Amino acid sequence: MKKYSGFSLFKNALSYHENWQKLWRSPKPKSDYDVIVVGGGGHGLATAYYLASVHGITNIAVIEKGYLGGGNTARNTTIIRSNYLWDEAAQLYELSLKLWEGLSQELNYNVMFSQRGVLNLGHNLQDMRDIERRVNANRLNGIDGEVVTPERIKQIAPLINISRDCRYPILGASWQPRGGTARHDAVAWGYARGADALGVDLIQETEVTGIRRKNGAVVGVETTQGFIGARKVACVTAGNSGVVAAMAGLRLPVESRPLQALVSEPVKPCLDTVVMSNAVHGYISQSDKGDLVIGAGVDGYNGYGQRGSFHVIEHTLQAICELFPAFSRVRMNRQWGGVVDTCPDACPIISKTSVDGLYFNCGWGTGGFKATPGSGYVFADTVANDHPHPLAAAFTVDRFNSGALIDEHGAAGVAH
Amino acid sequence: MSQINRLPSGARIDSSVAVKFTFNGKQLQGVAGDTLASALLANGVNVVGRSFKYSRPRGIVGHGAEEPNAIMQIGSGAGTVPNLKATQVELYEGLEAASVNGWPSVNFDLMSITGWFGRLMPPGFYYKTFMYPAKLWMTYEHFIRKAAGLGSSPVQDDPDSYDKLNQHCDLLVVGAGPAGLMAAREAARAGARVIIADEQSEFGGSLLASTQRIDGRSATGWVEEIVAELNAFANVQTLPRSTVFGYYDHNFLGILQRRTDHLVLRAAAGARQRLHRVRAKQVILATGAFERPLVFAHNDIPGVMQASSVSTYINRYGVAPGNRLLVFTTNDNAYQTAIDWHRTGRTVVAVIDSRAAPEGQLVAAARQLGIQIMAGHGVIEAQGGKRVKRALVAPLSADGSEITGAVQRLGCDLIACSGGWSPAIHLSSHTGAKPTWDQNIHGFRPGESKQQERSVGACGGSYALSACLAEGAAAGAEMAHLTGHGDGILHFPVPEAEEVQEQPQQALFLVPHTKATSRAPSQFVDMQLDVSASGIELAVREGFESVEHIKRYTAMGFGTDQGKLGNINGMAILANALGQSIQETGTTIFRPSYTPTTFGAIAGRDVGDLFDPERYTAMHRWHQDQGAEFEDVGQWKRPWYFPQSGESMLEAVNRECLAVRNSVGILDASTLGKIDIQGPDAAEFITRMYTNSYLKLAPGKCRYGVMLKEDGMIFDDGVCACIADNHYLMFTTTGGAAGVLAWLELWQQTEWPHLQVYFTSVTDHWATATISGPNARKVLAKVCDDIDLANNAFEFMDWRDGTVAGVDARVFRISFTGELTYEINVPAHYGRHIWEALIAAGEEFGITPYGTETMHVLRAEKGFIIVGQDTDGSMTPADMNMDWVVGKNKSFSFIGKRSLQRSDSVRENRKQLVGLKTVDGTQVLPEGAQVVFDPQQVIPMSMQGHVTSSYYSANMGHSIALAVVKGGHSRLGQIVHCPLADGRTIAAEIVSSVFYDSKGERQNVQ
Amino acid sequence: MLLIHCPYCREDREEEEFSYGGEAHIVRPLEPEALSDQEWGDYLFFRKNPRGIHHEMWYHQTGCRRYFYATRNTVSYEILETYMVGEKPQISAAEAGQ
Repeated sequence: MKKYSGFSLFKNALSYHENWQKLWRSPKPKSDYDVIVVGGGGHGLATAYYLASVHGITNIAVIEKGYLGGGNTARNTTIIRSNYLWDEAAQLYELSLKLWEGLSQELNYNVMFSQRGVLNLGHNLQDMRDIERRVNANRLNGIDGEVVTPERIKQIAPLINISRDCRYPILGASWQPRGGTARHDAVAWGYARGADALGVDLIQETEVTGIRRKNGAVVGVETTQGFIGARKVACVTAGNSGVVAAMAGLRLPVESRPLQALVSEPVKPCLDTVVMSNAVHGYISQSDKGDLVIGAGVDGYNGYGQRGSFHVIEHTLQAICELFPAFSRVRMNRQWGGVVDTCPDACPIISKTSVDGLYFNCGWGTGGFKATPGSGYVFADTVANDHPHPLAAAFTVDRFNSGALIDEHGAAGVAH
Repeated sequence: MSQINRLPSGARIDSSVAVKFTFNGKQLQGVAGDTLASALLANGVNVVGRSFKYSRPRGIVGHGAEEPNAIMQIGSGAGTVPNLKATQVELYEGLEAASVNGWPSVNFDLMSITGWFGRLMPPGFYYKTFMYPAKLWMTYEHFIRKAAGLGSSPVQDDPDSYDKLNQHCDLLVVGAGPAGLMAAREAARAGARVIIADEQSEFGGSLLASTQRIDGRSATGWVEEIVAELNAFANVQTLPRSTVFGYYDHNFLGILQRRTDHLVLRAAAGARQRLHRVRAKQVILATGAFERPLVFAHNDIPGVMQASSVSTYINRYGVAPGNRLLVFTTNDNAYQTAIDWHRTGRTVVAVIDSRAAPEGQLVAAARQLGIQIMAGHGVIEAQGGKRVKRALVAPLSADGSEITGAVQRLGCDLIACSGGWSPAIHLSSHTGAKPTWDQNIHGFRPGESKQQERSVGACGGSYALSACLAEGAAAGAEMAHLTGHGDGILHFPVPEAEEVQEQPQQALFLVPHTKATSRAPSQFVDMQLDVSASGIELAVREGFESVEHIKRYTAMGFGTDQGKLGNINGMAILANALGQSIQETGTTIFRPSYTPTTFGAIAGRDVGDLFDPERYTAMHRWHQDQGAEFEDVGQWKRPWYFPQSGESMLEAVNRECLAVRNSVGILDASTLGKIDIQGPDAAEFITRMYTNSYLKLAPGKCRYGVMLKEDGMIFDDGVCACIADNHYLMFTTTGGAAGVLAWLELWQQTEWPHLQVYFTSVTDHWATATISGPNARKVLAKVCDDIDLANNAFEFMDWRDGTVAGVDARVFRISFTGELTYEINVPAHYGRHIWEALIAAGEEFGITPYGTETMHVLRAEKGFIIVGQDTDGSMTPADMNMDWVVGKNKSFSFIGKRSLQRSDSVRENRKQLVGLKTVDGTQVLPEGAQVVFDPQQVIPMSMQGHVTSSYYSANMGHSIALAVVKGGHSRLGQIVHCPLADGRTIAAEIVSSVFYDSKGERQNVQ
Repeated sequence: MLLIHCPYCREDREEEEFSYGGEAHIVRPLEPEALSDQEWGDYLFFRKNPRGIHHEMWYHQTGCRRYFYATRNTVSYEILETYMVGEKPQISAAEAGQ
């Protein structure tokens, strides 16, 4: 892999950019792999990358039915933070955040991780109790965070409305300075390039249609390019987890829901942080291109359509205009939807299954993007060792039988 | 500057009415009927903006929604609007327009990095650099960000308001060009309810600039007639200045109507814009087509325009945007532009036609006028700085892929280009219909319909005027028939339009240059985002294959024009680079909005005071008059505390707390949810829902119950009273009322429909005044003489009907404070009366109104939980030390019961409710503080629980707190620690959660 | 935004009047105590979540306050039928060609 740098850019400019190396090969699938990762989104690519780079397993294929990073990786609003409430979730997301902090250098690909901070607003007394509880827990878990006043919020986001004379006045917020945003596509491309360089085969436009098993163990996958053998199959197919699980005769406690987002036309920088509100129900940041990037909660019904209902967009923009009355005259350029696999406790499943050699990583709901590096890291470890990584141990599918749920609805209340 | 490019006349302007405006601070003048773009062109303005990435000077290219360059900041102050396209802004007196990029000015821009430095910024350059050293990225980004954005957001609150209108119709016609107008008229004549919307200021679409004749009349004359006819129909609604921006499921479409933007910056009266939310039985899409630009070197220099736009400016607006015109085309259409230009008396340098032997009717007409035609040629490069000065023209091979001869230089200041047409398939695309490539029209046609819709006219790929008229009429009749109007057959003749004999166009998506694409001067595909052909080829070279990858890597089509001009060329260049067909390559998916849509209009009226309904109790005004501070609880405004002059919150709460414990206080408890439950199976049903049993609850009695979700976790709580046999009144938490009602309905309707039981929400029917304290009975006795209030006659957990202050009342003797308490319920409209009567009756006892904060303190002293504060969806009754409320012998396995036996529910070290007493009683723990056993541990600490409720208790003389702590019930007496964010660590002893009157004797006042 | 036919009101009404109730026809076990944790967990949390035909519950919250069922395609969002509690769907995934 040829290294990227300012110098390489200069050198290639001299030759009119005619000599850049491909980011990845387009290999034909081999007949057999040690590990097949089903799903070439950010999580799947990260899983393959860490299997190769940390565990030395390089005979891997990532099989993607569309194009790399074309699912929720391409459709989210790029928010990154680790200020989750419960220890299990907080530590997983914090591992992820730490990986984000060195990811551009690790991958030699600038994922533009911008630590511009995340505000989670409180609008009533119970919100503020929950914020205090979460921030205190975060701090004792070694995660940065503080509770800030409306005046401080105004300093951080000058266009926000902190008047007491509005329907749900802002009473305060949690502030995680290390949170922020990243360039979502770059994450998939960076991991893909890194994995490819380590020998991982990235197979695009190939759909897995079945999971072949023998004596209770996985032996490979059926695909639109024929059967491909594998000792282990790791499924990371957000938005389709239930469908893929059904191929192995498994059921998951997952429901797939539309999640919508929208962007404004680009405007000059006017919001330098991420602002989220559960109670008023919306969140917003501004990209490096100038778009206001906006989202809210999932739609009410199950759906795989990558579309949602318009009234959700209306409510979202009501919330944004409430928080930022000046943005009322800004215009929506584009709206879209993704499909998120939601678990009853708003936490993921990173788990072995009853089928030997078959693993699932799913159910990230609305919080998947920020977890990309950490999810790939612990899932790779789980697959490599056939044993849950310590940070993944709490996220087995078993918890839905025992009742040991990790209820993050509060921290995940507004989608992100 | 004067209007040097203004012609003596234009079809839709009134030259006699001057309109003054400013552009970048300079005073200019246009005429009535102008757009900002036509006025700028009339004034000879070349550079209207700078490009996003390379800061190249850019001029006006188009005349409508497709315009990529002329992005303007309109107005100033609170009313300013960023990013309007000059081509879509109607000129009004005093309009202020400014370019959005370029510093210090668009004509002299220090950021300009055209040429060699631009080469350092190919697509994706930022992914490859700014990585080292890692800590500098935020600094790099700071500077990258400075270049972000087009216009500026307002910084003041929006002074305008926005309306919404919900509409239903048989047929929605989108677009009022020839096809749309005919469709609307036919459907209207059949009796269908029709809405026809068009984004332009007036109906007519392309006809407004057309020189063709319809039924022997001028096109604009024909339009005037048919519009008048449509307006006369009672069953037709005509919506000009109305953009259908999104097509959603089940034939729901959004229309943004601009009501006042063409008059003033801010609406003088009424709403500035109106969102029509339309549910249409059928939809006809007649959205037309966009002319496709031609991609050649430096095709972005001001003075390179769309051929149809040049014609539009001449014919519609009376503006000739230049002097020496060169036409570059792949089809017959653009010859009309040469002919139009010729008629203005200005020079047509030549028509450059990529086809070897053009011979259509318009070609012949042009030739007859003496216009020079260079067949088999192409413009390979435009030259000039802030305006085109010349074109480099070269002979091309028959397929247009190679240069076959010497390059000539032709002087000109305007190059009008036409690469054919692309149907405007955006709305059909919103529905998920997958566009299909049509080799005959060299464009994507709408895919198979996913909704009740049909595309007609140019957006369906039929470009001839006669075809548009005929298709529109036929579709109008058929769609009307589908909605039950007419027989679907045309009963009126379709107007006749001149047929123009045309030759096929040529597909030419990238004009070759003498240098390879990678080395040629930039050949722009998407002007707004500075995406060039070489950029697309580079992306392919780097391994990107999917059209979505190319779009994301190069940003092609991400602009505010959403690639209306550039996308098709870009996809074709991509297909060529990949060596595959355009159909194989496919297209990206168009998303709403068709054109950008104002946030405020989408939000509508549901902002500010109307963001969410405020619910008030009947006594609200009294509380306000007393200066109460309010707390939001759900949608309710509840008095939080009643400060007297000069009092702090703590002082007020202490006073209120002492008053209740020592004499009597009064609380407005009207907001508690109340559900009336009746039916022969009511008791059985309620018993299934609560953890305890109601089967033996007698009329006149109440019982406290806890409701679980099926996962065993506490969901709501409250008192339930037996009103009569088969009749109960259930109280819920204030915030939980709607959820509980839906929950009850769910189980009754879907699981146990055989149980006869009915639920009615009566929350708002009642006003509730709660009087609490040792003197409560004395107060009540003064205003109630028909209830025997004696302690043993009206016992704790009883209720009675009676008359209070002359009003029929239902009085409950229950208690959330631990004191003797009566909750007096009266019909809501007597709320204020009863409240004031009780205040008057209690005066001699110093009756003290108290709010939710005091209520919280008093109940915490008693260890009573608040669902949602002391519980968080992961707490069982046992966790809350409330095993007593769980019926052990209920025959029916109540909702949630089974989950209480799951392995995790019976785990030893679950978090359990306890009291915390700070070692230093003056210190009040913050709610939300985390509890650890060993404060000396290093981070990450092992957290054992958290503080759920915490107050200073004036009655106890020290602070009190409730907390959930792992294994807390077996840890009484142990010291725990709360490390706080401010660096303090507060030590506290685990104690019983009941701090006060642990035997519950206080309410037994004799 | 979906347009939903309430079988009780017998009218097509906007989605905003309704709330979603998840998978339909999940019968509460008659003897919960007889079930293993896994069987009980299955009832509580595990859903079919199909890509295609889905039988689901809706609640006409701001209308007649009745729960009813819908057969809906979760990809196209087309509602093929709605029916009352106690009724059986006319359309199954098999019949819809899935």
